[in-house]
Amino acid sequence: MERKIRVLVAKPGLDGHDRGAKVIARALRDAGMEVIYTGLRQTPEQIVTAAVQEDADVVAMSILSGAHNHLFPRVMELLAEKGVDDVLVVGGGVIPEDDYDFLKSKGIAAIFGPGTPTGSTIEFIRNNLKRK
Amino acid sequence: MPAERSLSERVAAGEARAVARLISGLEDGEPRAVAALRSLHRATGKAHIVGITGPPGSGKSTLTDKLIRHLRGTGARVGVIAVDPSSPFSGGAILGDRLRMQDHATDPGVFIRSLASRGKLGGLSRATAAAARVLDAAGYDWVIIETVGVGQSEVDIVRIADTVVLVSVPGLGDDIQVIKAGIMEIGDIFVVNKADREGADRVVREIKGMLETAAALSMSQPAALLSQGGHHGASALTGTGAFGSTAMALDETGHPILPPIIKTVAATGEGVAELAAAIAAHRSNLATSGGLEARRLEGAVTEMRGLIAYRLLDELEGPKGRELEARLARAVVDKEYDAYEAADILFAALTQGGRA
Repeated sequence: MERKIRVLVAKPGLDGHDRGAKVIARALRDAGMEVIYTGLRQTPEQIVTAAVQEDADVVAMSILSGAHNHLFPRVMELLAEKGVDDVLVVGGGVIPEDDYDFLKSKGIAAIFGPGTPTGSTIEFIRNNLKRK
Repeated sequence: MPAERSLSERVAAGEARAVARLISGLEDGEPRAVAALRSLHRATGKAHIVGITGPPGSGKSTLTDKLIRHLRGTGARVGVIAVDPSSPFSGGAILGDRLRMQDHATDPGVFIRSLASRGKLGGLSRATAAAARVLDAAGYDWVIIETVGVGQSEVDIVRIADTVVLVSVPGLGDDIQVIKAGIMEIGDIFVVNKADREGADRVVREIKGMLETAAALSMSQPAALLSQGGHHGASALTGTGAFGSTAMALDETGHPILPPIIKTVAATGEGVAELAAAIAAHRSNLATSGGLEARRLEGAVTEMRGLIAYRLLDELEGPKGRELEARLARAVVDKEYDAYEAADILFAALTQGGRA
């Protein structure tokens, strides 16, 4: 049996806009993945505990509030604290390109800005899983 | 440095990552996971397993969220398994039950795991029973299983849970009549959620009427007669709920004890304490009446049957099965065999490979 890819879709930060997250959740589902949707205003602690309990292969975070440079690295730190090193973490939402390098240096594997075709996100996930 | 601990040792120690990994392994049918579960088997059976079932949108997740809070207030550790449907088209799923329980995400006494049904009908997934056992072995005192939103006949939960809570809501109109024959038969406790809405009392009356009718029937007929209708369909249900193969419990005067009907407003937490009390009462009742053992025996039968069915199905869907199946289908169409003979041949071929 082929192993299902499990993706935790989370919205860290305080903005209340989850349309993008829902669109990507739907697209990943249609690509045959199991998407755990945790909803709005999640703290990094909530996201990381959920990722562990759900045994997620991927954590996909969407953020529009501008707090990505704080929240994304915090998620990476907490994952590391729990000894989780085999989860692929990607980000999306409104993130200035100037911040991409910083976030990647913190371990965010890819940032998908507005207008990214969902197909590219799906392909990236399939090709970059850390767990086989 | 001590030797690296095994997966089962880490689960027994309650390590969240190990618990999560083992559940995934069981979902995927990994031999390593099956072996780990085997070595944990003796440590299971302590948790009380509560099934929460009911139609989509009836508030099962919100009710579960509030039940977690209540049980945590007693100091108990709570595990939750929430099942949502897989898409029959893509095989993917959106598992959204957790959304309503995320307040507990950082509570170390709570473990929540979402499972996709993965093509399994009946309201659960293949690995649900095994996942519940993992949480049991990991030391969770309560395991709450939330089923897929069910319609009429998804009654598998009754085989796994010690206590089944059936959630209804006002406003389903005549649906309440329709579902009487299926899932309405499996409740140990009935909840009318969203009870602040119009029509809640009517739903309570309808459930009560149904239960009283069933009680009257069980008084006037031997239990064996009552259970006859239950032996059809793939799940071979005999029923352990309020009615079915086991007769209803009687009070001192010899009258059947009706399952409780509790009105709740899950969103505000109203009625949740009463629900928790009813679950606790059912639990102690099962312990003293011997009902728990009967249920677990039935559960073991169902689980074994399920495992056999899945194994055959997996063989059938494997390359060897598919190839033989295609050849036999051709033979049936060409009038070489009829479908019964072909099925005999296929069954024999599939069961030969198993270990004796």
